[in-house]
Amino acid sequence: MQTARQTGWMVVRQARNLMREPIWIAMMIIQPMIWLLLYGQLFSKVTSLRAGAGSYVEFLTPGVVCMNAFFGGTWAGMAMINDLDRHVVDRFLAAPASRLAIVLSQVVRAGLTAILQAIVLLLVGLALGVRVHGGALGWLVVLAAAFLLAMVFAGFSNGIALLLRREASMIASANFVSLPLMFLSSILVATALMPGWIRAIARFNPVNWGVLASRNAVVTGGDWGHSSLYLLFLLAAVTATSLFATWCFRSYQRSI
Amino acid sequence: MDAIVVEDLHKRYKTVQALDGVSFSVREGEVFGLLGPNGAGKSTTVRVLTTLTRADSGTASVAGEDVAKHPNRVRRAIGYVAQDSGVDWEATGRENLLLQGRIHGMAGPPLRGRVDELLELVGLGDSADRIARTYSGGMKRRLDVAIGLVHKPRVLFLDEPTTGLDPEARAAMWEEVERLAREEHLTILLTTHYLEEADRLAERVAIVSQGRIVVEGSPETLKAGLEGESVSVELRETDGRLAPAVEVVRRAVGARDVLVDGQVVRARVPNGGQAIPVILSALESDGFHVASVTTARPSLDDVYLHYTGRDFTKEDKEGGA
Repeated sequence: MQTARQTGWMVVRQARNLMREPIWIAMMIIQPMIWLLLYGQLFSKVTSLRAGAGSYVEFLTPGVVCMNAFFGGTWAGMAMINDLDRHVVDRFLAAPASRLAIVLSQVVRAGLTAILQAIVLLLVGLALGVRVHGGALGWLVVLAAAFLLAMVFAGFSNGIALLLRREASMIASANFVSLPLMFLSSILVATALMPGWIRAIARFNPVNWGVLASRNAVVTGGDWGHSSLYLLFLLAAVTATSLFATWCFRSYQRSI
Repeated sequence: MDAIVVEDLHKRYKTVQALDGVSFSVREGEVFGLLGPNGAGKSTTVRVLTTLTRADSGTASVAGEDVAKHPNRVRRAIGYVAQDSGVDWEATGRENLLLQGRIHGMAGPPLRGRVDELLELVGLGDSADRIARTYSGGMKRRLDVAIGLVHKPRVLFLDEPTTGLDPEARAAMWEEVERLAREEHLTILLTTHYLEEADRLAERVAIVSQGRIVVEGSPETLKAGLEGESVSVELRETDGRLAPAVEVVRRAVGARDVLVDGQVVRARVPNGGQAIPVILSALESDGFHVASVTTARPSLDDVYLHYTGRDFTKEDKEGGA
């Protein structure tokens, strides 16, 4: 209970601080739109990619929502590094702040950002002729997938931040993880078109769980059983990575 | 009852033995100073006592609670003003204080009232709603102190509270610490590498060097424990030949504690009146020109030199973080 309350106040702190950064807000909104427009145009002529969707943009929109969510998640640790450098974390740790709350506040903040971006992307998609075949429930599934996916990687990223504690190392590891995971998923290309070995790996890629759940919701507009299963996988992964990050406080506290 | 009891703390970082058997205790309501150069182990001691990190061995209790067994009980009882400011730069002073209060489980009107009171107390009333990024160094430091006090702790840790402050801000901080000790009856553990700061604020001082406490007592007792006087001889045109001058002084009066500070050679001698003519003639006959001579009662500088055999100022500059 206390952890939940502290998480809430720490999320308020982060959201408020970010709201004071107009450039950050602008980038947060514009960047996902650029992904969607760029990729949508780039591959629009390759009709075989879209696997039954009404258009490539329709196929792509849930993918870009997920790509954007997990990219955002992988960078979430930067805020933790900033707080470590500014000794805000030490200040919390010497007070009765729950370590889980410190991690969860970063994780939830990344998840909420991903939801906002997902809404922007879906609206842009609608303008480009995308139909969410799953209706209101479909929207909900896409937003849930974005929320959970961002949180999975935010937990992981915060753990790495506590282990490495250096900005340059953090940037290197975020890059190291994000591009391979993107190409090992069906963000850009339908699963059926992937080489067998990539398809095999993609099954264990949390990014792909999010993509499949939200693509079901947008393109198929059904198959809720599979979608909710993927969302459950993601929830389990969020739990795992958040606990991992909380455990990483040990390493940090040994070093100070 | 003792507010802080520390017994035989050891802690090793990869290549550095930061704490090598630290023991001391602080009485309730006392201002206690840990004095030593950079890298002596003061901050590590404070980080163990504030539950930020664990000692490899040894025990410590704060406000009656064991720091390793009941860290959360300790955290509720203490305020911590770290060496490096923990202020959230992107939040206002008031927001910083409100969040800290909420972490301590405070809420509603009592919290808002306490925050208003503290902002006035540390002189941030007019800048309470400005982003802390725009604060001066002294203002950030005062906000740090307010953050440490928001939940009315019983024990306050001040780790190098005046490092990096200009003289005016330092004087204001000293007055604030004196007020807290006098009016709020807080137990305060203060670390500092300023001898004058420990001398002025602390009722008792422990001198820390290389992870150990070398001596402990009130500044007065420590200074009185050194017999005699401190003689300072300022030299003219030494051409960097200060080392031989130290030798000359040491030989002339058989003084053990001799150190160099700029152009000044300082020695502790049993009797200044007898030693000065001997020192002067020895220096003159070796070709040194004396600009001035003064005598004084021993300072904490001399105490440090006496107990560690090392020059405080020099060691402090060479020390790490």
